[in-house]
Amino acid sequence: MPRVFIPSLLRKYTGGQESVVVPGRTVGEVVRNLDQQFPGFRNQVVEGDDLKSSLAVSVDGDIAVGGLLEQVRESSEIHFVPAIGGG
Amino acid sequence: MSKKQLVETTINGEPTEFLCETRQSLLESLRDVLGLTGSKEGCLTGDCGACTVLVDGRPVCSCLMLGVEARGKKITTVEGLAEGTQLHPLQQKFLEDASLQCGICTPGFLMSAKALLDRNPNPTEAEIRYALAGNLCRCTGYDKIVRAVMNAAKVMQGR
Amino acid sequence: MDTPQTHQFKVIGTRPVRHDGLDKVIGRAKYGADYSFPGMLYGKVLRSPYAHARIKSINTEKALRLPGVKAVVTHADFAPQTTAPVYRMGGEAAVNPLYLASNILAKDKVLYAGHGVAAVAATSPHIAEEALALIEVEYEPLPLVLDLLEAMKPGAAIINPDLRRKDKPDEQTNIAGEFQFKRGDIEAGFKAADIIVEREFRTEMVHQGYIEPPNALGIFPGDGHATVYTSTQGPFDVRIMSATLLGLPEGNVKVVPAEIGGGFGAKLTVHIEPVALLLSKHAGGRPVKMVMTRTEMMRGATGPTSGSILRVKMGATKEGRIVAAKAWFAYEAGAFPGSPVWLGCFTGLSPYDIENFLVDGYDVLVNKPKTSSYRAPGATNAAFAVECVVDELANRCGMDPLDFRIRNASREGTQSVMGPKFPRIGYIEVCEAIKNSQHYRTPLAQVPGKYRGRGVATGFWINGGMQSSAIVNVHADGTASLVTGSVDIGGSRASTAMVVAEVLGLRAEDVRPAVADTDSIGYTDGTGGSRVAFATGLAAYQAAHDVVRQLKERAAKVWEISPEDVAWVDGKAISKKNGAPPLTLKELAPRLTRTGGPVTGRANVYATGVGPAFAACLVDVEIDPETAKVQVLRCTVAQDAGKAIHPSYVEGQMQGGTVQGLGWALNEEYVYDEKGTLRNASFLDYRMPTCLDLPMIEPVIVEVANPGHPLGVRGVGEVSIVPPPAAVANAVSMAVGSRITDLPISPPRLFKVLAARRG
Repeated sequence: MPRVFIPSLLRKYTGGQESVVVPGRTVGEVVRNLDQQFPGFRNQVVEGDDLKSSLAVSVDGDIAVGGLLEQVRESSEIHFVPAIGGG
Repeated sequence: MSKKQLVETTINGEPTEFLCETRQSLLESLRDVLGLTGSKEGCLTGDCGACTVLVDGRPVCSCLMLGVEARGKKITTVEGLAEGTQLHPLQQKFLEDASLQCGICTPGFLMSAKALLDRNPNPTEAEIRYALAGNLCRCTGYDKIVRAVMNAAKVMQGR
Repeated sequence: MDTPQTHQFKVIGTRPVRHDGLDKVIGRAKYGADYSFPGMLYGKVLRSPYAHARIKSINTEKALRLPGVKAVVTHADFAPQTTAPVYRMGGEAAVNPLYLASNILAKDKVLYAGHGVAAVAATSPHIAEEALALIEVEYEPLPLVLDLLEAMKPGAAIINPDLRRKDKPDEQTNIAGEFQFKRGDIEAGFKAADIIVEREFRTEMVHQGYIEPPNALGIFPGDGHATVYTSTQGPFDVRIMSATLLGLPEGNVKVVPAEIGGGFGAKLTVHIEPVALLLSKHAGGRPVKMVMTRTEMMRGATGPTSGSILRVKMGATKEGRIVAAKAWFAYEAGAFPGSPVWLGCFTGLSPYDIENFLVDGYDVLVNKPKTSSYRAPGATNAAFAVECVVDELANRCGMDPLDFRIRNASREGTQSVMGPKFPRIGYIEVCEAIKNSQHYRTPLAQVPGKYRGRGVATGFWINGGMQSSAIVNVHADGTASLVTGSVDIGGSRASTAMVVAEVLGLRAEDVRPAVADTDSIGYTDGTGGSRVAFATGLAAYQAAHDVVRQLKERAAKVWEISPEDVAWVDGKAISKKNGAPPLTLKELAPRLTRTGGPVTGRANVYATGVGPAFAACLVDVEIDPETAKVQVLRCTVAQDAGKAIHPSYVEGQMQGGTVQGLGWALNEEYVYDEKGTLRNASFLDYRMPTCLDLPMIEPVIVEVANPGHPLGVRGVGEVSIVPPPAAVANAVSMAVGSRITDLPISPPRLFKVLAARRG
C-alpha cells in the first residue's frame, strides 16, 4: 500500500506518526482513507476539489501534476510539500 | 506651463531640430520627442549609465542634461553607432561574446566603451573597468562585457 | 548507450549569436517604456511618507482641476476584493487578491513608507507629478515596528489586525506563517556529536537591482476589453491579476510582453499594470503609460527580499560526519504575508545527508515593503548561515572544507529535507569541480600590510517545472519559427530555438523564436524558478517532435510508402523501405503544399522531472586594514547545468548570479531610519557592484544529466546567487581571524570587527 509522509506540523493529526500506510489508487483516495483513520487531516490539505493552493504533492520524488487525481502505485511514497515558486 | 524651445542640434550625423520644454531632459527629448528610444532610462539620477550618449565625443548621462543644452552640439546615440548595416566592432563583439542578457544596459555600455576606445584604442583590463564603472549591469557580472571591449579593441587595431 | 553526455549534438552545446541580439545592440528592441500610442497619457503614483498610518481622507479635487490631468484613482476604484485565494499564481502559492490590491494602492492604512495611495494620469509626466502634490491625504500616524525580533514579541505594534496566533486564536500577531521540517531524533543526534557549532546570523533586506524600472502601458476603452504592454516575467500572471483587480473575466485582458530589462523574480507579479488600466478606464480609454522612478521601486513599490535572523546549530563527529542540525529562521515578510522563509527552511540543509534535524521558520510582518521573489528566493539567507557553520565544523574537524562537504553530501536516493528522495544530482561533482579548479590548486599568497583569505560555500535550489506551451511553424523555405509564452530574460529564445533546430536538423539561425502575447499562445507560467530552458525547452522539444511526426507522414506520401516505414535520423527523413535518398526539412518543405498543406507542431506541458541544481563558489579576498574595504581578488563558480544548451548564456547566468551574491555579501542593504524611511533609495547609495569592484568570474560548467529531461537539462538561472555571501564571509573570517555573522560585510561593519580585534 502507498506510504504517506506527514508534514511535521500536521503530525498532531496522526498521533505524531511521521508516515502512514494507507490504501488508495489516487492521491485523492489515499487522502480520503487517511481522513477516516485520522479525522481532520483532509481539511488540512484539501480545499474544494483540489489541493490547498499553498500545497503541492510529490509522488515517488516528482511533483504530481495531477494533484488529487494523480494515480499512485502500491509501492508509492507520497509527500505533501509547499507549492514552489522562484525568481 | 513653460513655452517650448526650438533646439537646433546634430544627432547621429543628421542636422536635427526639435521642440522641447525647458524642463525636459535630453533623454526625454530623445525618447519622447524624437522617438529615439535606444537610450534607456534606469534611474534618472546619473547613477546607472543606461542613458549614456556621446556629446561632442564625450560620454554623458543624457538624463542629467537638458534637451535645450543639446543646442549646437553633436549627439551620438546607440542608433548612430553602426554605419548603415555595418555594425561597429563593439556591437559585433557584444553579440559574439554573449555580453548581454536582458540588454537594457547594453546601449549605455556600448556608448561608454566607444568613448573609451576613441581616446584609448588599446586599453588594459583595468582601464576598461575604470571607464565602464559608471554603467551598471545586473545580469552579466560584467565579465563578458569587459571581454567584448577587449576583443573589439583588438579588431579595431587589426590584431 | 546514447545519453545527453555522449550524444554528438550539432546545435546544442554550440554558441550561436542570439536571435534577439541585433535589435538590442542597435537600440531597436522595444522594452515596455519604449511603446507609445497617439493620445497617450502618463501615470504617476502618490506614495505615503509614513511607515504606518491610518488614511483618514483623500481629497483629489485640486489635482483633478489642474489643466492636463485626466484621471485620479484610489483603492476604492478597484473591483471589491476578498482574502479568499481564487487562483494559483503560476505554480506558486496562491495570491490573496485583497492583499495584492491593498499593496498596490492602500485600502485603509498605509503599511510602509512608499506605499501607494492614489494615482494620476495627465498629458505629461511632469503635470502628473505636479498633480500628485495637489492630492490632499490626511493621515493618522500609528506606532510602527521595523525590527524582526520586536515584531515577534507580544505587545508589538500590530500591522494586520486580522492575523491571529495559531495557538491562541484570540491574540493578534505579526507572525503570518510558521513552517517546520523535522526528522530523526535531534537530541540523540547532538549527543553523538564530538563538535558542536552554534551561531546567530543576521541579514538585511536587499533589492533585486534590475536596471529597467517597472513599467506598464494600459489601454482600457469602454468595450470591456483591456490591453496592457509591460515588461513582465509573467504575462499570464499579469493577465489574471489585472483581470481580478479590475473585475473582468480573465479572457478580456490581453497582455503583450515587451522586452524586459531584468527582473530576478520581482517582475513575476503586478506592480502598476492594474493601475495603468484603471487610469485608462477613468480617462475615457486613452492609453496610459507608467514608468516607476528608481526611488519608488527601491522604497518598496516592487518588493525587495527579506532581511532575516538565522540561528543554526550543527554537530559532527570528529571523523567529519554531520549527525544533527537545528535551525531557526525568521524572515521579514514586509507589510503583507509571504516571505520565502519556508524555501530557506528546506534549501539550507539540502546539500547534506543528515539523519536528525529540526528546522523552524517564521514569516514576520514589519512596516517595510512587501517582499517579492529574488533569484532562488529564501535560499541565500539560509545558506549563508548553514554554510558558515559547516565551514567552522570542517575547520574544527581539521578537514578541507570541500572534503567535509563531500563526506556529508546529498546524492541520488538521499531523502531531501522536504521529504522526497533526490533523483540523480550533481552536488559532489560540483564540489569536485572546485577542488580540481586551477584556482583551488593555486595557494593564496599573503602580502604584508593586508589581510587575505579564501572561502568556499555551496548552494542548492530546487528549480521549477510548471506549465509551458510551444508552437513550431514550418516555412516553405525550410526554416521554422518557434512561438512560446516565455518572456526571454537572459537568452532563452536562443536556447529554446536551438532545441528545435537540433531536432529538425536546422541551424540555430534558421529557427526564429518569438514570444507571443496572452491571446496568441497557450497558458505558460512565468519566467522564474529557473524553469524556461527546462520546461519551455521541453515544450519546444515536443513541438519539434510533433513536426517530425508530420514530416514523416509527408515523406511517406512522397515515397508512396507507409509512415511507419519512415525514420527521422539526424534531421533527415529516411526511408526504411525502398532506398530513396533521405529528405531534409529544407527538401521536404517545398513539398508540403501538395502533401497536405502547412505543418505546425504543438506541445503543451505541465513539466515533471525537474532536476535540482547545486552550485559552489570559491573566492579570494583582500582586506585593507585601514579602510576595512574587502576586495574580491579571484572568484570561481561551479554549477551543475545538467546539459548546457548555449554554454555562453549558462556561464552568463553563473557569473551574473555570483556577482549579485557578492553584492549581497559586501555592500547591499536597506538602511532605515527610526521613522521607517529608507535612507538609501538610489543607485548611488544602494551600492551594487560595478565592474571596477570585480575581477573576471571564472565559470566551471558541470554536466550531470537530469534523468527527467530528454536532453538532460536542469534549470540554471538561480542557484549561483546562493553560495557567494557565505563564501565571502568564510574568506573574510579566515582573513581577520574572527567569525563574521552579519551581512553585508561593508566597511563600516567590518571596521568595527577589526577595531574590536585590535582591542
